[in-house]
Amino acid sequence: MKLCFTAKGAILDSLSEDRFGRAPYFIIVESENGSFEAIQNPYADGAGGVGPKAAQVLIAHDVKALISGQVGGNAREILAAAGIAMYIYNAGGSVKEAFDQFTKNTLVRS
Amino acid sequence: MKLAIASGKGGTGKSMVAANLAYALSRTEPVTLVDCDVEEPNLHLFFPAPATTTEVTVLVPVVDETTCQHCGLCGEFCQFGALTVLSSRVLFFPELCHSCGGCSLVCPNDAICEVPKRIGTTTISTPLPNLKLISGMLDTGNPHAVPIIRAAKKMAEGDPLVICDSAPGTSCPVVETLDGCDACILVTESTPFGLHDLRLAVDVAARLGVPIGIVINRSDGEDQATIEFCTEHDLEVMLIVPFDREIAAIQSRGDLLCRVRPEWQKAFTALFIKCSSLTGVEP
Repeated sequence: MKLCFTAKGAILDSLSEDRFGRAPYFIIVESENGSFEAIQNPYADGAGGVGPKAAQVLIAHDVKALISGQVGGNAREILAAAGIAMYIYNAGGSVKEAFDQFTKNTLVRS
Repeated sequence: MKLAIASGKGGTGKSMVAANLAYALSRTEPVTLVDCDVEEPNLHLFFPAPATTTEVTVLVPVVDETTCQHCGLCGEFCQFGALTVLSSRVLFFPELCHSCGGCSLVCPNDAICEVPKRIGTTTISTPLPNLKLISGMLDTGNPHAVPIIRAAKKMAEGDPLVICDSAPGTSCPVVETLDGCDACILVTESTPFGLHDLRLAVDVAARLGVPIGIVINRSDGEDQATIEFCTEHDLEVMLIVPFDREIAAIQSRGDLLCRVRPEWQKAFTALFIKCSSLTGVEP
């Protein structure tokens, strides 16, 4: 299953980013084997509508769950309709730490 | 002749200048005053009169889900994230839509038609024999001021003398108000904030190619920094209104300086003549 983590950088040691639509990077991790792909968010500095556009990126990459600090109303509606689960991680650690917490099932669904 | 009253900073006195200018000029010629500050129009407070209201609508897409093949082209095309195409349905967020119509053009299956959606109103009234007042008003919660400003300005098309009172700032509503004007008056005040935002407003007006005149309002007599800036940029300070308790009181009760203190009519008429000289258009 593909998981998406919002991050400030392009590697697993990068700090997680609390914002969804304006996150600099989306780190997409394959939960089966831990392999990952970093996608630079083209909408990070967009004027408006960045949440829905970012949600479209996740849909295009067949992501099944998003782990981020907070997700805005429009993006939330799209992700919910697309069947993408949302989990809150806002502890400020790295993507790796957020991934560990996800696998330990300690994150809260939002 | 079309004149805009703008400022960078809010609360410097755009509406005061616009209302008094319109009042003073309407003593001798027909004037159309357009309130383009559609998020918070206030000129009607100075000129109460029975008004006729017209709805302003924009076109938004409606997707026929039976014809739609969910190919995703409309969602890719939309730069504002207003359309998201899922495998079996399309999600539309009207508040993100800029009514460009692109989605219906790119749809290969003719599954998108456009329908009008109300976003606000314009009102028109004749508060004085020589004064026509047009006010745009954006509905609460709607984010797109520009179509209302466009509609309000269109209602004044062809009128000989039009004064457009702008919203503050330097964003789209200000650009839309300034667009097509023969000159603008930028109203500033004797504060560092007033000067800071005046610099931004001057930049916008200059890029739009609209000639600029300056009014300093609520002057405490220490306008050196503003005057130096104007000199540097070859801008004329056309009127200075002092920081004065009586003027504030007149304004605050919704009255007009030029009506209560008719000697000010000359100052505002002179302001207009100076502005006209910027444009090359006969006043």
